[in-house]
Amino acid sequence: MSKPSDLVQGTLDLLVLKILALEPLHGWALSQRLKQVSGDVLQVSDGSLYPALHKLEQQGWIHAEWKPTENNRRAKFYSLTRLGRRYLEKEAANWERISTAISGVLRLTEV
Amino acid sequence: MRLEQWIYTIPLRLRALLLRNRLDSELDEEIRDHLDRQIEFNLARGMDPDQARLAALRSLGNPALLRDQTRATWNWNGLEQLMHDMRIGIRTLSRTPGFTLVAILVMALGIGANVALFTVVRSVLLKPLPYSDPGRLVLIYEADYDQPHPAPWLPVDAGSFWDWQRSTQALAQMALVSPFQGYNVSGEGGKLPEVVEAAWCTDNFFSLLGVQPMMGRSFTPDDDRPGAPAVAMITASFWKRRYASDPAITGKTIWLDAKPYTIIGVLPPTFVYSGAFGGGADQIWTPVRHEAPASLLHTYGDHEFLAIARLAPGVSLTTLEARVDALQKQIKAAHPEPAVHAGAISRTMLDDAVHNYKTPLYALLGATGCVLLIACMNVAGLLVARAASRSKEFAIRAALGGGRMRLIRERLIESLLLSASGGALGLLLAWAALAWLIHARHDMNRVEAIHFDGMAAVFTLAVIFLCALFSGLISAYNSGRGNILAGLQEGSRSHSGGRSRGLLRRLLLSAEVGLTVVLLVGAGLLLKSFQHLRSSDLGVPVDNVLTLRLGLPDARYKQDEQKIAFFEQLIARVRALPGVSSTGLVSAAPGEGWNGDDLMSIVEHPPLPKGKGLDFMLRGADPGYFSAIGLPILRGRTFNEDERGKRANVVLISRGAAQQYFPGEDPIGKHLKTIDEGGVWTVIGVVGDVRWNVAQPPNPTLYWPIYGNGYSFGTIVVRAPHDVESLAVPVQKIVAQLDPDLPVSNVMTLREAIGKSTIDSEFDSVLVLAFAIIALVLAAAGLYGVLAYLVAQRLVEFGIRLALGAQRNALLSHLLLDGLKPALAGLLIGLPASAAVVRLIRSMLYETEPLDPVVFAAVAGLLLFVAIAACLAPAWYASRLDPMRTLRTE
Repeated sequence: MSKPSDLVQGTLDLLVLKILALEPLHGWALSQRLKQVSGDVLQVSDGSLYPALHKLEQQGWIHAEWKPTENNRRAKFYSLTRLGRRYLEKEAANWERISTAISGVLRLTEV
Repeated sequence: MRLEQWIYTIPLRLRALLLRNRLDSELDEEIRDHLDRQIEFNLARGMDPDQARLAALRSLGNPALLRDQTRATWNWNGLEQLMHDMRIGIRTLSRTPGFTLVAILVMALGIGANVALFTVVRSVLLKPLPYSDPGRLVLIYEADYDQPHPAPWLPVDAGSFWDWQRSTQALAQMALVSPFQGYNVSGEGGKLPEVVEAAWCTDNFFSLLGVQPMMGRSFTPDDDRPGAPAVAMITASFWKRRYASDPAITGKTIWLDAKPYTIIGVLPPTFVYSGAFGGGADQIWTPVRHEAPASLLHTYGDHEFLAIARLAPGVSLTTLEARVDALQKQIKAAHPEPAVHAGAISRTMLDDAVHNYKTPLYALLGATGCVLLIACMNVAGLLVARAASRSKEFAIRAALGGGRMRLIRERLIESLLLSASGGALGLLLAWAALAWLIHARHDMNRVEAIHFDGMAAVFTLAVIFLCALFSGLISAYNSGRGNILAGLQEGSRSHSGGRSRGLLRRLLLSAEVGLTVVLLVGAGLLLKSFQHLRSSDLGVPVDNVLTLRLGLPDARYKQDEQKIAFFEQLIARVRALPGVSSTGLVSAAPGEGWNGDDLMSIVEHPPLPKGKGLDFMLRGADPGYFSAIGLPILRGRTFNEDERGKRANVVLISRGAAQQYFPGEDPIGKHLKTIDEGGVWTVIGVVGDVRWNVAQPPNPTLYWPIYGNGYSFGTIVVRAPHDVESLAVPVQKIVAQLDPDLPVSNVMTLREAIGKSTIDSEFDSVLVLAFAIIALVLAAAGLYGVLAYLVAQRLVEFGIRLALGAQRNALLSHLLLDGLKPALAGLLIGLPASAAVVRLIRSMLYETEPLDPVVFAAVAGLLLFVAIAACLAPAWYASRLDPMRTLRTE
């Protein structure tokens, strides 16, 4: 089996933002969700998730908050901010445009 | 980043900056939480506990790396790393306090001296004068190359000035000023009488400069005419000192030369007139056309003034100069007398004020620059040596993945810490140096403008960073080079490693020695010149002679007889003082300045061409002057008591005058005649030569009786066998008894007077010498350090060589030569460099050639001696090793 292609630069941010747009999640849950939704095609190592999350937080696109969870524990939940939502919309539209263009090119048949 | 995003993330930024530790612990907790959940998940999928834990850890990767990568996304990460490096830097530096202290002191000296000199150069030479639009202010002088003393920059006569002013109205406004006047201020209201330096000026002088009085008014054309009511303006410092800042001063009366004047205004504290001819101490200003005698105001032959002009917009200095020069040529054509000058020359007012200080100050700045460069090289050398001893540490860190830039940055931060601490200490030094300078050189023009300002602060910071960069990069470049493996292998056994490092240090050292040689040569020349100046023969014995100057106001001593009576009574009473061995009166004592000259012709000689004459300096003397000052009468006799008044037509001439004007004949009995007025004097004697200025050769001089040639001022010369200073007060008391309103000035011994006139030379030579000594010490320390390091590296080698039978003396001389190589190289660079540089300070040298072979030889000798002394200790140590002990340490 060929090595899964590395995530296109910036794509991880987009995925994370999109998933967090649905509901606030903590880090582990987010990594599980990523695996679920993308199948095994996009393999995100748990190790690269946290730098990405912290970067998005520092840029003000997601907001982090410690919240209690089951069994008297607490976890750091990330949620999308207003800025993040706007950024996601813009980037998603961008992605659509580019992927449409690329698929269009790839669908060209030889004459 | 957009503004909205910025605002939004401010709390995050603050948190990242201030709550760094909490962020850290939260990150740990977050990662732990992730692991726990993954382990639970794995357990739930049926793994056994160990397996579950391992799988979870595996999926997360290297937790340390993860933490680092995450932290790298936080704000302020760069700053955090910088702080970290600084902490490491401070720790490594404080581990070697000796090195650190030496390096900081060296830097402090270099930076301090440079900041001080920069501040002085900027404040004195570059800062605009405190007048409005000072760039347009120029001074116009007369110039004459066809005179007995060919010179540009001659003062101006009033006759020429009025002509200039009339004919250049479209080009410039012009004002006339005579800043070398003085008044006896009478002692009114219990105040002491005093002599005050003063200036005459035209009514437009202050408006031309753009100076407004802080109180009262300025002069008007109505004040500036003969016969107007007498008015005066005073400076703020005089107002504070003598009138205790009296707020109602305007309108009050001040007695100048026993005449009443109305004070009409007080000049602002910022006002000071400073020019090449002095004036910085002038405290009273009066209108020139009211003060100067009518003859002086209309003559073309008496040069008592300076001309200041404000250029009209669009007019350049050269345009005005060309116009005035042409005018002066016409004036000379119309008045061909020898005393009328044939040209004009000009320079900006700032140039005029600081012209005499330019070369010395830039020379000093150059010297401090050299010291700083040497200091940087020394610190770089020390850092290189440290890097060499830490090469293994760096190799290990590089092998473990330490980034090269990070390592270099660490070195730079280390040197930045050194130069910043040095700079802070240097600022204190600079501050002290400036305070001392302002105190010590109050005679210097514009010394009041010296302030440490923002520009100087910027300069300090720039110097600190440049020093850090210079010394840090040299050592970083040096240690960053070379492969890691070699570094790791070296050090495992002592062998003659670090060859390349040695080379770099040697190059640095050679440059250091070269600069030191330049400084030493400069210092040597200045010192020699100063010594020449100090030992230059005034022409009379200078010890135990006291001089006091006084002037009799014409208003009170109207007749010549009154003046003569006063002086005679004074001299008789001073002579009767216990402890006085002799006393005399003269119009100007040796070293007391130019004080007038005139052109003469000799009656017995064939007539000179029209307009030519023999130049004599003129001195009035009383009969006792020559024995009191110790001036030998070589031929003939001194004046008789009755040769005065109408019978005062006898003169003594100096030996120089006799040789120059009476070659091969006996001057006694010959007659002299002034070429314009026609009085005739008989030569009755020849006396020795004296100098009017310590730094100038003696001029042909003529002495005539002071009683009878219209003198109203004079210098009393008092000689005593010892402690002549103690006579100053008794003599002043006698003056006060004769006339309580008569101030005495310039009370000083002849030796003090010489010291005062050589202060420039002393100041420059002592400072440059101090810098040269600092440089020499630094260079010696460098030479010692390199050889000592080399020896320490090769101890085992030397042990083996000695064990195998090497001659100790051969080893000693080999090492000495090795250590001396940088010094020799430096000498080879330094001597020609000095030969090129000393031409620039030619104007500062007195009777000393820039390429003085004695100075160059002495410098070379001194340098070699110091270098040998510095290298001897480590070489001696190596040659006296105990081979067995050395070998055992391995």
